[in-house]
Amino acid sequence: MAQMNIVQAVNSALDTLLERDENVVIFGEDVGYFGGVFRCTDGLQAKHGLHRVFDTPLSEGGIASIAIGMGINGLRPVAEIQFSDYIFPAFDQITNELAKLRYRSGGEYWAPVTFRTPCGGGIRGGHYHSQSPEVYFTHTPGLKVVVVSNPYDAKGLLTTAVEDDDPVIFFEPKRLYNGPFDGDHTAAAKKWDTHPGGEVPEDYYRIPLGEAKVVAPGDDVTLLAWGTMVHVAQAAAARSPTSCEVIDLRSLLPLDLEAIVASVQKTGRCVVVHEAPRTSGYGGELAAQIMEECFWQLEAPVERVTGWDTPFPHTLEWEYFPSQERVMEAIARTMENN
Amino acid sequence: MSRKRRTLHVPEPPARPGEQPDFSQLKLPKAGEALKPAVDGDAAEMHDLAFSLVRVLDDKHKAVGDWDPKLDAETLRTGLRHMLLLRIYDDRMQTLQRTGKLSFYMKSLGEEAVAIAQGMALRDEDILFPSYRQPGLQLVRGRNLVDMMCHCISNQRDNAKGRQMPVHYTWREGNFVSISSPVGTQFPQAVGAAMAFAYRGEENVAISWVGDGTAAEGDFHYAINFAAVYRAPVILNVVNNQWAISTHMNISIGGATFAARGIAYGLPSIRVDGNDFLALYAVTQWAAERARQGLGATFIEVFTYRGEAHSTSDDPTRYRPKNEWKSWPLGDPIERLKAHLKAIGEWDNKKHKALEKELNELVIKSYKKAEEFGTLDEGPYPPASTLFEDVYKNELPHLRKQRQQLGV
Repeated sequence: MAQMNIVQAVNSALDTLLERDENVVIFGEDVGYFGGVFRCTDGLQAKHGLHRVFDTPLSEGGIASIAIGMGINGLRPVAEIQFSDYIFPAFDQITNELAKLRYRSGGEYWAPVTFRTPCGGGIRGGHYHSQSPEVYFTHTPGLKVVVVSNPYDAKGLLTTAVEDDDPVIFFEPKRLYNGPFDGDHTAAAKKWDTHPGGEVPEDYYRIPLGEAKVVAPGDDVTLLAWGTMVHVAQAAAARSPTSCEVIDLRSLLPLDLEAIVASVQKTGRCVVVHEAPRTSGYGGELAAQIMEECFWQLEAPVERVTGWDTPFPHTLEWEYFPSQERVMEAIARTMENN
Repeated sequence: MSRKRRTLHVPEPPARPGEQPDFSQLKLPKAGEALKPAVDGDAAEMHDLAFSLVRVLDDKHKAVGDWDPKLDAETLRTGLRHMLLLRIYDDRMQTLQRTGKLSFYMKSLGEEAVAIAQGMALRDEDILFPSYRQPGLQLVRGRNLVDMMCHCISNQRDNAKGRQMPVHYTWREGNFVSISSPVGTQFPQAVGAAMAFAYRGEENVAISWVGDGTAAEGDFHYAINFAAVYRAPVILNVVNNQWAISTHMNISIGGATFAARGIAYGLPSIRVDGNDFLALYAVTQWAAERARQGLGATFIEVFTYRGEAHSTSDDPTRYRPKNEWKSWPLGDPIERLKAHLKAIGEWDNKKHKALEKELNELVIKSYKKAEEFGTLDEGPYPPASTLFEDVYKNELPHLRKQRQQLGV
C-alpha cells in the first residue's frame, strides 16, 4: 500500500496497464511530454515511449475518432479530454459512432476506448472548467459511465474501465485530485492522507463497474451521490440529527440498482445529490427507478439537491455548488411527515 | 543486419528544457521582399504569400518594401503607447493574481502587436471575435481600464456579472464579442457575422483570431470553408505563437505552413511577421479593404512567439527552454516599433521613460479605482439573485422557483 492522491492513483493505474498490455496507448492534449495539465500522465512517456504516451493536436473530435479507429484495429486507447467541458466537439464521434459501433455492426466491430476527463467545480473555473456532463453520456445506450470519488476507487475502476471491451467515459472530479472536499471552501484544504481512500495498492487490482459502495451506514434516509458530492453528502450526514446511509454510486452506468433498492427499502427515504443541473439530471432517473422499485416502502418523496438550472458561475460559485446545508435541509424535509 | 522496428511517428519540438533554443529551421525572408498584390487581385496568383513572410521593418529599423503602410508618426506613437500599456497592464494584473485578487490571468507578452496593429487597421464598426490572447483590442477602441480590471477581479462592476473567468472580456459597445474558453468556437461565428454584413449590404468586416493549436479543431476548417464559399467579408487570423500550452506547433501541423491551408480553400493567404507592427497593420488593412469591396475573406498566419506561460495555471519551464523567447529571431514587437520611431527621429529614450511612467501611474490609479468596487478575494460580489439572470431573456418559472429556494 502507498499513500496516493487521485492524480497519483490514475498515474499508477495507467502505468500498470501500459506494463501489462502492449496494446494500451495513451494520448490527448498536453498528456505526453508535459504529463497533462493535471499531471496525471507525468513520467509515462519517458518510461513507456513516445509512441505509447503522446501529445495530440488540439482536436477533441480528432482525439475521439482516432481512438475509435485504433480500438477497431486492435489497440486499447485511453484518451484524455483535458476538461469535460471540452468534450462536446467529440460528442458526435462518442455518441453516434463509438456508442453504436457494436450494435450497428451486428457485434462484428467494437472499440474498447476509455475517455478520462476531469469534471466538476470548486476551483473557480467558471462555466467552461466546472461542468458535470455525465448525463449526456448515460442517456446514450452503448456507453458506460464512471465518476470516481477517491484514489483507491480511481485506480481500481480505471483499470477495469480500460480493460472493458465496451467504451467507458471516466470522470475525475478535479476538485478531488489533491484531497477530499466536503463543500466547505472556507476550511483548510485536506490531503488524501486524512481519508481511507488515500491508501492505494501499488500493484494491479480491479474494482468491478456497477458496484456501489456504502460509505456511511444509516437507518432513516438514503443519500445517493457520486464524485465530489459523496464527500458533501457524508459531511451533511455527519452533521444531521437523522441517521443517514450514504451510498457512493461510483458507476452510473451500469447502475447498482440492487444496492439502492436494498437501502431505500430499509430507510424509506432518499435524497439524491449531484453537481450537474437539476432538469434532466441523473437525479431524475434515480428518483424514477426508486419509485418503480420502492414505491410502497417510500415514506416521503425522493428529494434532489443539485446544481441550479443555470450555467456554472465564476464569482457566485459557492451559491451554485450544492452545500452541506442544502443537503441537510433536504434530509429534514424527507423527515417532516415522520 | 537487424532493422529497427518501425512504430508510430510522433513529432517533437526542436528543443526541450535544458537544451539550447533552436530556431535554425525557420526560413526568414528579408524585410521588403514579399510582393504586395492589388487588393482586387486573384487569390490564385498570391500563393507565394502563404509560404513567405511579410516583413516591413528591416534590421536597421527602417520601413521597406511595397507593404510599408506609410503611417504617420502620430499613429506609430499611438501604437507604441497601446502596446506598452497592454504590457504594463498585464504585468500588474499577473502580480495581483499571485496575491489572490484574481482567480486566473493570461498575458499577451510578445504578441502585443497582434491586437494593437490589427485593431488599429480596422474601423470601430468592424466586429471583433477575439480569442483570450487579444484583449489589447479594447485599448485600441478606447475601453476604460477600470472596466477591464473590474471584470478581471470579478467585482460588482464586472459587466460580465462575475459569470466568467478573468480575461474573458465582453464589450458590446466596442463591438468586442464575449470570449469563450473552448478554443476556436468564435472563428466560424465571425464568418456568420460577416455574412450578416454582406446580407445587409454593409461595408463592415468581421475579424477573428485563433492560435496555432486551435488550427486542429474542426471549427477552424468550418470557418475557412464557409468564408470562401460565401465570399464573406471576414479576416481569419491564426496567431502562430509556436506553443499551445505544452503543444508545440510541430504537433499541430504536419507540414507546409498554416497559411497554406487557406490556399486549398481558395482564399488569399498571407503569412506575416507578428512582431512587426507595420507589416501586421498593412496586411490587415489590405484584407479589410478587399473585404469592404465585396471580394471576400482573407486568411492570415500571424507568425510570433508566446513570451509568457499559457496562463497563470501553466509552467512552461517544464516543456520548453527557459530563454526561448529571448532567442526568438523576430524580436520583441514593442522594442522594434520603438527602434523604428527612434530611427526616423520621432522618439527618444527620454520620451519612452516618461511614457512608461505615465502608463504605470495610469494602471495603478485605475486599479485603485477598480478595487473600490470589490475584489474576488474580499468581495463584495454581485447579489446572489444575479445567478439566475440572463439564462433566458425572461426568467422561466422553474428558475424563479430555484431562486426562491436559494432565498434570494
